[in-house]
Amino acid sequence: MKMTKAKRNKLIYNIVTFALVIGAFLILQSMIANKTITRSLKGQLVPICCWIVMAVSLNLVIGISGELSLGHAGFMSVGAYTGAVVSGLLINVYDIQDATLRLVIAIIAGGLLAGLVGAIIGIPVLRLQGDYLAIVTLAFGEIIRNLVNVLYIGTGDGRLYMSFLNKKLPEGIVMLVDGAKGAVKIKPISTFTAGFILVLITLAVVLNLVNSRAGRAIKACRDNRIAAESMGVNVTKYKMMAFVTAAVLAGMAGALYGLNSSTVVPTQFTFNQSINVLVFVVLGGLGNVLGSVISATLLTVLPEVLRAFADYRMLVYAVVLILVMIFTNNPTIRSFVNRLIAPFKKQNKSGGDAQ
Amino acid sequence: MIFLDNLINGLSLGSIYAIIALGYTMVYGIAKMLNFAHGDIIMVGAYIAFCGLQYWGLPPIVAILAAMVVCTILGITIEGLAYRPLRQAASLAVLITAIGMSYLLQNTALMIWGANPKSFPRTFINSSILHIGGLSISSATIYTILANVVIMIALTLFTAKTKMGKAMRCVSEDRGAAELMGINVNRTISVTFAIGSALAAIAGVLLCSSYPILQPTTGSMPGIKAFTAAVFGGIGSIPGAMLGGVLLGVIEIFGKAYISTELGDAIVFAVLIVVLLVKPTGLLGKPVREKV
Repeated sequence: MKMTKAKRNKLIYNIVTFALVIGAFLILQSMIANKTITRSLKGQLVPICCWIVMAVSLNLVIGISGELSLGHAGFMSVGAYTGAVVSGLLINVYDIQDATLRLVIAIIAGGLLAGLVGAIIGIPVLRLQGDYLAIVTLAFGEIIRNLVNVLYIGTGDGRLYMSFLNKKLPEGIVMLVDGAKGAVKIKPISTFTAGFILVLITLAVVLNLVNSRAGRAIKACRDNRIAAESMGVNVTKYKMMAFVTAAVLAGMAGALYGLNSSTVVPTQFTFNQSINVLVFVVLGGLGNVLGSVISATLLTVLPEVLRAFADYRMLVYAVVLILVMIFTNNPTIRSFVNRLIAPFKKQNKSGGDAQ
Repeated sequence: MIFLDNLINGLSLGSIYAIIALGYTMVYGIAKMLNFAHGDIIMVGAYIAFCGLQYWGLPPIVAILAAMVVCTILGITIEGLAYRPLRQAASLAVLITAIGMSYLLQNTALMIWGANPKSFPRTFINSSILHIGGLSISSATIYTILANVVIMIALTLFTAKTKMGKAMRCVSEDRGAAELMGINVNRTISVTFAIGSALAAIAGVLLCSSYPILQPTTGSMPGIKAFTAAVFGGIGSIPGAMLGGVLLGVIEIFGKAYISTELGDAIVFAVLIVVLLVKPTGLLGKPVREKV
């Protein structure tokens, strides 16, 4: 069977993506073994994995599905809180000491609950389009943040206590989630290996989805909703598929992120955090999965390495967002750039499905 | 009595939302874009007025005028530099640019004025409290509601009677046809941004007169809520923005008073979602048919 050129390009793109991620993991592991890794970089490893998963999953919604979601941090917070509560529950009530088992169950639970929230949100939201969808996802992110601010969960006497709005819990129980103080007294159990596996799962899920029949349907809805609909594509179903998949992945990343530190506070998952991930996606290229991985890694490491840059981070991000958008979308500038690079480009070659 | 107090507070907050929402709704109606940076223009206006009053010793009216002038120039500049090159681009690209612009303004303000909250000085706007019966009404409340009514009437007359106002309505109806009729679309959009930004400056001063804490993020939450108000009332409609803003302000204050203080924002956003599900065109909006 002969492969078409487009298919071969896609295969090469996927192999390069996986090879880069696995290669980076092996190098970092050997650095950890040789103890040549710096302390600050070592502390950053799990967050980098989380942000890669966040960026790739948001890219699925923005780049592939073509809808701007501004509430991605909300799903992450659902995952982080669920992860913290489940992990606390497993150790306090069910007395499971195996950290790996707890981590796996917590991540799965985080993903499932975030996916459930994503589905509940998606049903009304995905009926809307464009700017409305953006503002409603933003609103949902804020609502989630508001709700966890008044959530109290604790364990005691072998059961789980939960209250909402007011702290009406019995005395002497162990608090897991304490309102505005966030999830407290988490035992950090996240590991770099777990993060790496989560990144691999994310890449496998997203790349497979993109290159499948469903992925083509999703892209068709993005490019022309009405045309796709008249060809018999169920637009709501496919948009929902992309949205919920992204929510599950974000929830898993959130659980990993939450279990990497001892506390999780609601202010970690504000609108700013959603914008942060949006910058990763835009800078890496809309629809380009490998680009998201690279930009998420670089933009997480850079502020740590360049202290001077850290102060101007958001300012630089803002300028980057504006310039990238103008340079990639203005017809005059685009044709100018195309003319500049035309002599160096023999034929129109595109890596994967970068836009 | 508490009920009336809350109602008046709600009307005052709602009037501020309404003035901000007017800026959103005009820009959305004419340029078909969500100007995310609008909320941050409010913040810039408030800071300019603050500097005028606190550092340069200007009289309040002059400080407000200065804020309006600066915001107008800022609005036109933003439109020309960032949004005009994207006139033909997909709405996703424009929206991301607008978000970038919002962050640019916030972080520039952070560089200039620092992160510490500044307390907005007292002016004639919030200097006295009126006692009517058992009610005590701050003068800021009265000025806010008055300003809202005046702006609303002026804008309605402007769009109905003047040549520029008619041009605006044409552009919002059909940009291509307006161009063919000899209307300068770019200039019309610039004027819309100018008016919206000048209103944002007034809203900024009024907002900080009622809630006198000023920091670089002051404008973002009221901005988002005002957009909610614009959608609530029907985006593109001037009376709709007024109605939506006032209703949203009243809902927010009542929600905070009778349901939960912490959940005030959540209630406002829940209203937005319900409205979009039940009546996506808003209270006074016209349904738009989708063309292939």
